[in-house]
Amino acid sequence: MNMERSPGDAQEEWLLDEPTVRPYVMTRGRTDARGRFDLVTIAVTIRSTTGAEVGLDPEHLTIARLCRRPLSVAEIAAHMDLPAGIVRVLLGDLLEKGYVAVQQPQPETDVLDERTFRAVLDGLRAL
Amino acid sequence: MASGHSDPPKLPKAIKLLIAGGFGVGKTTMVGAVSEIRPLRTEETLTDRSVGVDDLTGVETKNTTTVAMDFGRITIGDEFMLYLFGTPGQERFWFVWDELARGALGAVVLADTRRLADCFPSVDYFERRGTPFVVAVNCFDGTPQYELDEVKLALNLGSAVPVLLCDARRRESGKEVLITLIKHAYSRRPAAAKEASVR
Ligand SMILES: Nc1nc2c(ncn2[C@@H]2O[C@H](COP(=O)(O)OP(=O)(O)O)[C@@H](O)[C@H]2O)c(=O)[nH]1
Ligand SMILES: [Mg+2]
Repeated sequence: MNMERSPGDAQEEWLLDEPTVRPYVMTRGRTDARGRFDLVTIAVTIRSTTGAEVGLDPEHLTIARLCRRPLSVAEIAAHMDLPAGIVRVLLGDLLEKGYVAVQQPQPETDVLDERTFRAVLDGLRAL
Repeated sequence: MASGHSDPPKLPKAIKLLIAGGFGVGKTTMVGAVSEIRPLRTEETLTDRSVGVDDLTGVETKNTTTVAMDFGRITIGDEFMLYLFGTPGQERFWFVWDELARGALGAVVLADTRRLADCFPSVDYFERRGTPFVVAVNCFDGTPQYELDEVKLALNLGSAVPVLLCDARRRESGKEVLITLIKHAYSRRPAAAKEASVR
């Protein structure tokens, strides 16, 4: 058999890598320790806010309002003109308090099962 | 996941694609051509702790960098959201790429034949990482037309890596590039690799 290193080998090696946790996000002394959100983690508001909640800042309320429809971290950051890192921390607060649900992106290992492949291909063709 | 909670609403899952290449090669243009939303811009402020760490002394220097990324979105039914990120292709942004490449399904490397070397770092990066990629040669007006084989040779690409011409301004062309990438990524998925390596 072929004993040379192929791109496939490199990929499997990469898949075994532990995700690197870079505690780069600081918001008022809080680090993003509540689990990482990818730029394309999708959030949606599941409990509506009145604005009178204790412990929620105006930025939290803005996110809760934006996420009445599902939005990615990157989109929230762009709409609010905030760095994505800050959005991650704020989203962590909202998640902890039960205001939002999040959907992590497909893990790399099975991102392209056949069903996903067909759906994406059909979606692109229909563009 | 914890089982004590009520089921969260069914949310679309995100799929990430990257568009890489040198400055001015047409990344943002391509994102805009295929995206259903006006391209948005997000910034990552990263403290790169892997730079300047001295293991012996434990002294750590933090480099904080802000990198802007343009991105767009394509909704695929109610199940998937395709996000396209136009990423700066400079080597000093590699740690941003790491962030973006994690979980990315694949990448488009945009090339301009007048400045082909600009896409070398991107090609190197995705090869090393094992991220499936295609090379799309953006045909600027008046660009000398090279044969795709010449580009392939110049980039020293593996034979399986698709190389195609595109016009980053046209949606149809961007669509074709993305479809080529999706097909390529599917042929490169771990399951396919295993099937191919069964003795
Ligand atoms: N003639 C022509 N111009 C293009 C094409 N693609 C991009 N451009 C132009 O090239 C410039 C740089 O494109 P941009 O998308 O901002 O490059 P980026 O730095 O890779 O994001 C812009 O002025 C575009 O309008 C193309 O296919 N043909
Ligand atoms: Mg750009």
